[in-house]
Amino acid sequence: MTETTTATVKIARSYRDYSAPLWRRVLLTRESAVIAALLIVILVASVSVDHFASPITMTYLLLDITPILLIALPMTFVIITGEIDLSVASTVGLSSVVLGTLHQGGMPIELAAVAALVVGALGGALNGFLITVVGLPSLAVTIGTLALYRGLAVGLLGTTAVTDFTEFWKDLAKSKIGETGVPSVMILFLVLAVLFAILLHFTRFGRGVYAIGLSPEAALFSGVRVQRTKFILFVLTGTVSALAGIYYTLRFGSARGDNATGLELSVIAAVLLGGVSIFGGRGSLHGVIAGVLLIGTLGSALRLASVTSDVINIITGLLLVASVVSTSVLAWLRTRRARPGGKTRATPAAPQ
Amino acid sequence: MTTTTASAPAGQRILHALGGIAKARETGILVALVLVVIAATARNPNFLFSTDGFRDLLLTPSILLLVAVGQAIVIITRNVDLSVGSTLGLTAYLTGRLFIDVPGIPIILVFLIGLLFGGFLGLINGALIAFAKVPALVITLGTLYIYRGINVWWTGSDRINASDMPKDFLALGTKTILYIPVLTIIAVVVLIAAGWYLRNQRPGRELYAIGSDPAAANLYGLKVTQRVLVAFVVCGALAGLAGVLYSARYGTVNSQAGSGFELEAVGAAVIGGVAIFGGSGTVWGAAIGAYLLFTINRALPILGVQDFWQRAVVGVLIIGAIVLDRLLALRQTRKLTEARDNDND
Repeated sequence: MTETTTATVKIARSYRDYSAPLWRRVLLTRESAVIAALLIVILVASVSVDHFASPITMTYLLLDITPILLIALPMTFVIITGEIDLSVASTVGLSSVVLGTLHQGGMPIELAAVAALVVGALGGALNGFLITVVGLPSLAVTIGTLALYRGLAVGLLGTTAVTDFTEFWKDLAKSKIGETGVPSVMILFLVLAVLFAILLHFTRFGRGVYAIGLSPEAALFSGVRVQRTKFILFVLTGTVSALAGIYYTLRFGSARGDNATGLELSVIAAVLLGGVSIFGGRGSLHGVIAGVLLIGTLGSALRLASVTSDVINIITGLLLVASVVSTSVLAWLRTRRARPGGKTRATPAAPQ
Repeated sequence: MTTTTASAPAGQRILHALGGIAKARETGILVALVLVVIAATARNPNFLFSTDGFRDLLLTPSILLLVAVGQAIVIITRNVDLSVGSTLGLTAYLTGRLFIDVPGIPIILVFLIGLLFGGFLGLINGALIAFAKVPALVITLGTLYIYRGINVWWTGSDRINASDMPKDFLALGTKTILYIPVLTIIAVVVLIAAGWYLRNQRPGRELYAIGSDPAAANLYGLKVTQRVLVAFVVCGALAGLAGVLYSARYGTVNSQAGSGFELEAVGAAVIGGVAIFGGSGTVWGAAIGAYLLFTINRALPILGVQDFWQRAVVGVLIIGAIVLDRLLALRQTRKLTEARDNDND
């Protein structure tokens, strides 16, 4: 009797990943949980919060979270490889200042924007160089470049702001697609999101990213160019952050050195909430996008319900803590259940 | 005969100790600090040789010093505490509230409550990290938001003014004993205690072992969970103490007190040679790093650099420090490999 039960448990364990039916494997994941939470928040808010269901709410919500959405895409890659980039918000500030000063100096916005993107890519390349070639830990390097890039941004412009951007560009950043109320910038985001999703989930490069996160040495021995992959990812992060900086500048019509201060923490919080493991090797883009939207929607709904921003901060923090603690609590429960006759006695009902 | 054999090792020991000091990672950063002070003083003697200048030089970095010491202890165990800035802010506001809500409360009791409250916030971090086995970076990023949110929620647009706090308490912020500010004395006493404990006591040494290789430390039978928990409690308590001193020093406390301190504290520790992946570095280094960060901030305008560039200089310093550490580590590895190969021959 006991022998048969342990045998079935053993089989169930060794084939655990494939033993569940397809719907369970698709639906019972971290990503689905985040998406479900997002849908619940939207539903509850639409019913109970005045004005939440109106299109203008969605417009402003999307306009506000676009920088986070953009930067979260490459940040997902970086965190999946087990690294981190804290300098993204400073890159946003720096690219904003580069755009502003060059435009003020008489350069057309298109050219200045390209220059800002190049500066962002260079900033990312410096991070990548220090991390992959010199071999320094990314946490320490990007704390350093967080200060460095922000310092350059503030140093270049001081406390002044450049605000004389042409109406055309400012309007473009805030424009909507036809009558839908969806900001045009969402097209840019969607194109990037599709590109990044293909890169992560359907290419050899993307599989390499996961392999690096799970075990850099094993990845190296199976032919993944670990250092080159990481370097490319940091350059990508810098470039996309600069893009977010250009958007940020045009949207608010002002280039300042302290633009987007502290944004790095919001980005990382959203990425982790979306199911990316800080240890690397786990996560997916749809989860991350749902994570960003969840934080943004919750914030927007609470603000409309005239809850103050400090409570929103508390909730963001609690969500983040709960999201990681829940993973380890679930894993702990699973090991407890998978081990009848272990230290903790299995409940009689468990074998059935 | 016996005297010579006895004295030779003694002499060697002194030479060895001197060599150790000269080669220590902390010395480099101390030299940098001294050079900055000399350069600034040469340009403007008031930087060092006026009562205010000298006092400011010692006083301003003291609060960061306390936070950096706590941060160093946590980083040595291969963790990080990003919530220290929020802990500091919350405790600073609590200090002000205590003086308003409990008139005539003894100052020493306020210090004690600040320490305990900070320790409690650290305990929450530590318990989540040590028991749920989740990365410190994520948890403390979460509590950074939570503690700051609670602070803003509690404070609102209110703020503590100097007039709300007793004069004796505020005097602590500026009072000096033998030209040395009281705040600095408190910070240095904490520093010496922490430095001694980490170097000479068994639990202190175990923190390094845990940081070098947590799994090995666990197999060896060290109480990893307990030590990490205590490290976070100490870090929180020091941030709490820094919060009390913050309100004494600045007199006004709003809901944003201490925001951004977490990165300054990590930066100070890294500049001071504490390896971000644990197992190496001292609280002395972190303390000197904290002084260097603040002193550079004050020295730059005197040296003719616009103070807008401060953060850039800080960034260069942090990167320079970790590159230097990397080079030193590489040289050490090469030397050890050579020594091993020679032994094998």
